[in-house]
Amino acid sequence: MTDQNINKNIQAGLKRRYRSEYRFRGYGLLAIGLALSFLIAIFVSIASMGWSAFQQTAIELEIYFDPAVIDPTGSHDPQDISGADYRGLVKASLRRQFPAVRNRREKKQLYRLVSSGSGFNLREKVQKDLGLIGQTRKIWVLASDDVDMHNKGRDVGARLSTYQIDIINKMSEAGIIKKRFNTRFFTSGDSREPELAGILAAFMGSLFSLTVCIALSFPLGILTAIYLEEFAPKNRWTDLIEVNINNLAAVPSIVFGLLGLFFLLNILEMPRSAPLVGGLVLALMTLPTIIIAGRAALKSVPGSIREAALGIGASPIQAVFHHSLPLAMPGMLTGSIIGMAQALGETAPLLMIGMVAFIVDVPQTVLDPATALPVQIFLWADSPERGFEEKTAAAILVLLGFLFCMNLLAVVLRKKFERRW
Amino acid sequence: MTLVALKPSSPNQTLDPQAETGAGAEAENESEDTPIMEPSSHHPRISVRDVNVYYAGKQALKSVDLDIPPNQVTALIGPSGCGKSTFLRCLNRMNDVIEGCQVTGQIELDGEDIYAKGMDVVSLRARVGIVFQKPNPFPKSIYDNVSYGPRIHRMARNRDEMDEIVMTSLERAGLLQEVRDRLNAPGTSLSGGQQQRLCIARAIAVAPEVILMDEPCSALDPIATAKVEELIDELRHNYTIVMVTHSMQQAARVSQTTAFFHLGDLVEKGDTERIFTNPTDDRTEAYITGRIG
Repeated sequence: MTDQNINKNIQAGLKRRYRSEYRFRGYGLLAIGLALSFLIAIFVSIASMGWSAFQQTAIELEIYFDPAVIDPTGSHDPQDISGADYRGLVKASLRRQFPAVRNRREKKQLYRLVSSGSGFNLREKVQKDLGLIGQTRKIWVLASDDVDMHNKGRDVGARLSTYQIDIINKMSEAGIIKKRFNTRFFTSGDSREPELAGILAAFMGSLFSLTVCIALSFPLGILTAIYLEEFAPKNRWTDLIEVNINNLAAVPSIVFGLLGLFFLLNILEMPRSAPLVGGLVLALMTLPTIIIAGRAALKSVPGSIREAALGIGASPIQAVFHHSLPLAMPGMLTGSIIGMAQALGETAPLLMIGMVAFIVDVPQTVLDPATALPVQIFLWADSPERGFEEKTAAAILVLLGFLFCMNLLAVVLRKKFERRW
Repeated sequence: MTLVALKPSSPNQTLDPQAETGAGAEAENESEDTPIMEPSSHHPRISVRDVNVYYAGKQALKSVDLDIPPNQVTALIGPSGCGKSTFLRCLNRMNDVIEGCQVTGQIELDGEDIYAKGMDVVSLRARVGIVFQKPNPFPKSIYDNVSYGPRIHRMARNRDEMDEIVMTSLERAGLLQEVRDRLNAPGTSLSGGQQQRLCIARAIAVAPEVILMDEPCSALDPIATAKVEELIDELRHNYTIVMVTHSMQQAARVSQTTAFFHLGDLVEKGDTERIFTNPTDDRTEAYITGRIG
């Protein structure tokens, strides 16, 4: 009888236990679902806004490469050719294509339909092929950002007059206005004009900074981790160092920026806005992350492996470099890539050392002035032109893509180094 | 040699309350001149005098004296936490790795003090190999596991010599037949018993004089245990073996000399047969008959 009672109690309890297990699983699924939907919402909103920036509106014009404008002396002098008024050629073409234009005001409005940078494109073409001079070609020239916005169905308010909209409609009827893939966005630096602005300068700036950062912080961090974990005596000094490393990992990044401004720029007089300085500051910032991850990875290597190596006469250094380190490498790499990803998204310290400047030229070395992707996003988000709205979102997409590639690299490296025991 | 071994033993008898048992054990040593003992025990390979070990101030071994005869298996028995493993790890200074571990006294390997200032720990460990309780092959191929020691000690001049060393070591460890066709398979893919024999092969690849074994069979099933025991018996012709074991049957089966530890004291030492048939100390008797431990 008592046996039956106990059995009954167990049965009753079992039901309760299963119920709470299901409930807990439900909470877990709910949490994952919420997190995923937030992520998707963010990504979709950014992607839908930024996607259109990868296309750009262009207008096809019949351009007459007038020798009188480009090369008045006929000497093919490079200086003449580069200094010529190519915008004038575009304007002339527009006048020919729309002869109905009367007064100055209408003319001005007509000219404003094409980008102020449309002339540069023509100059490049002529410089590449001098045979163009004197010929007439159909060429796609960039539309202005307002036309671009209008063409993409965005509301531009009063920035386009009814006259201009009328002309745009005429153009689309004639099929000489359309959206084309925006290579310019990936090949040029920043610009005041949204239709001319590109991400490459910021991308290269980020790439250079990260290269400097990883080249410095990875070896330093790993060696520090190895020393502290494997060789350092456990005493008050190493305790102090450990506490301070943990503290450093939590220091706001702008403090590192201030340090860079004061020490690297003012005392060492390094160049302002340079990816070298940015990389150094970011390296300081990621160092604690890498050290902490490295130590944790080393700690997780079973002591038996170390003993086995020491037991057959390996020196402590050999035990570490032949056995512990290779086994800890996947964990160290994961930690380092997380640190790098953090550094990639960091803005505040870069503001302090001047990487917030308006950079048109794509940096060629780590000493050239540059900006970084997150800073570029910040700059564009701050610009009043409607055209920068989609550029901002597109830049975020590029940043996310960069991050995704880095994480992919981390996974690949980890798989490569991972060993079973 | 014999003199050196005998001298410190006499003041030791008056040192601690265990002097009585010490005296009993010493009697065994002093009977070296009599033909009862094996002739090889005239020159102990390792002689241990008055060794104390402290872990962070706590004493783990109390004034241990022991001679380890060459080409024999010496078994260290005793209940858990009695200091057998600690003692074993003193013999090739593996205790150096442990934070807060302090060793006093004298341990001589072939008459050379291994705790002397000039002693090179790395070369000592090449001479005194160790096999651990849990098989711990490196997560590398079987070949690399065995060749690692010879490689770091530069024992082979070329690939052929290395192959030779690896093959001989695997052969001696009785593993070659089983792994001949998969030397590049990871060492961790072997079964527990095979892994332990791989660890033994790894230890003998560096041609040590002494092999220390810390409960080499405790993680193995009876069949694997039998194989390892057989191997140990084989190996003693070429090496001196010191083995910690929890199994009294194992000690009786494979060892020639036995030392019984209890709570940090070396209670009794001597010929294995005598220890198991005619122990002089009550605690030894209690332990081998299963009343303590």
